[in-house]
Amino acid sequence: MGSAEGREQYMGQHVLLIEDEPNIAEAIRFILSRDGWRVSTYGSGLEAVAQVQSLRPDVLILDVMLPGQSGHDILAQLRGMPDFTDLPVLMLTAKGQGRDREMAERAGANMFMAKPFSNAEIVAAVRLLGADQIGQDGTQGT
Amino acid sequence: MALTGLTGSRVRERRLAAGIAQADLARAVGISASYLNLIEHNRRRIGDAVLAKLAAALGIDAVVLAEGAVGGAAQDMRAAAMIGVGTEAEVDKLDEFLGRFPGWAELLAEQYRRIGHLERMVAALNDRISHDPHLSLALHEVLSAVSSVRSTAAILAETEDIEPEWRALFHGNLHVDSERLAVGAEALVAYLDGSDQAEDTGAAAPQEELEVWLAAHDWHFDALEAGGGGPEALAGEVAGIASAAARSLARDWVRQAAEDAKALPLAAFEAALAKDPKGDPLQLARAFGCDALRVFRRLAFRKGATMGLVICDGAGALTLRRPIEGFALPRHGAACPLWPLYSALSRPSQPVAAVVEMPGLTRQHFQTRAFCDVSYPQGFAGPEVRHAAMLIAHYPVVGIGEAFVPVGSSCRICARGACVARREPSIIAEVL
Repeated sequence: MGSAEGREQYMGQHVLLIEDEPNIAEAIRFILSRDGWRVSTYGSGLEAVAQVQSLRPDVLILDVMLPGQSGHDILAQLRGMPDFTDLPVLMLTAKGQGRDREMAERAGANMFMAKPFSNAEIVAAVRLLGADQIGQDGTQGT
Repeated sequence: MALTGLTGSRVRERRLAAGIAQADLARAVGISASYLNLIEHNRRRIGDAVLAKLAAALGIDAVVLAEGAVGGAAQDMRAAAMIGVGTEAEVDKLDEFLGRFPGWAELLAEQYRRIGHLERMVAALNDRISHDPHLSLALHEVLSAVSSVRSTAAILAETEDIEPEWRALFHGNLHVDSERLAVGAEALVAYLDGSDQAEDTGAAAPQEELEVWLAAHDWHFDALEAGGGGPEALAGEVAGIASAAARSLARDWVRQAAEDAKALPLAAFEAALAKDPKGDPLQLARAFGCDALRVFRRLAFRKGATMGLVICDGAGALTLRRPIEGFALPRHGAACPLWPLYSALSRPSQPVAAVVEMPGLTRQHFQTRAFCDVSYPQGFAGPEVRHAAMLIAHYPVVGIGEAFVPVGSSCRICARGACVARREPSIIAEVL
């Protein structure tokens, strides 16, 4: 999957966005779709792990403050599952303090972004995480 | 005046410091040199009259000469000396300093207390910013809205070929989020304004404010006794307290004091005390058919009462502190773990009585009686709520062989270096 054939590098790669703010989710969905990603969104902390299991995204964007269950808890559960040990995860938080970054790192996030972020930052971050994934797939596949 | 052997040593020290010959001092106060010698070696008690003359001749306050520097100012100055960075205060000359410059000494002690106040206020504000759920909620709301506005506005500004339906959707979102932002910002401003008003008293702890207020009224109100105006008569008084939190505490205190006065009418209560001068709180509680803590409060909060009283909750935090001279109560933080109060707290409904000794240049003794009351405000379904109280009374003479418990105020300002229950090092040099 995700093999680049000279066209859009990320064409068809799948991003799952777990974010309870519908307008933020809509904006991120728009900019990532424009960048060539296939984007799914989910708006709650409950059942979030099940969503990841069934959708199996290439990159996960996870908000920290979610109703039902925090992003940290969700990530901790995912990291405990063999299938998602290496899933690239970008965490979003509205607090952006040192402590949040530390907590995100401890929970196993690959990247961390504080709101309000710029669209270009989000696109760059997701590209970076997606590229890592392609590199891993490539070495495994060929 | 209760004098200890150490007073004589102090007389000798001060006399030598002043360069006065023993015979000259003896003549000045009208006693023989040999008698003064006995006094100086703590072999004779000093009568009040001689003490006053000695103090005058040595140019020192009689109380300081008799008891040494053990008052609140002295304790604060010792503590202040320990936190001094790069300075070496002459702690061993504290008595002399207090005696010769009482005004400066009080100023120093007051500033030390003020620094403590300010430090606690900074800590409280810090706590507030990092832990206040309302503040983080308001900030989160604003940041979320800003985040959405920023992303959406950038899309509208930077996507030249945006489809009309997408553009309409984002315009709509922008409008909704800007409204949300306005509301969030207002809430934040209102919150910050409000916290401004709440902190304007300078006293960070509402409990302390309450105690200052109660002390100013000598810990009782005639209005709450039979025939008085009741709590309503004190509404104006309470309204004069600076912070809202302290006003709320004061209202609770007044309501409880009124209930106590009703359950234990002053005339009958004092008649019962006249029959039993020791005033056993448990027997009084039985006689009046009320709970023990009510009697504890009544013993400490009525006209002319001289007993100290401390009350703590199940976590051991002191919720009420009526001081008594010589028994130093911690201004904040935890108290001495050896207080009978805590023995009672861990053994509800069992009376604990003990003579305790406070450390210091003069070892003062106190009769303490403690009791812990357990209640279940929500019945079987709810939690157990404990309140322990300890009455503190002066105990001037400890008999030979009579047992007492060596206690302190709180570890930080306690001079008992070798205490087995110590939880942190003391800032005070050992003087025992």
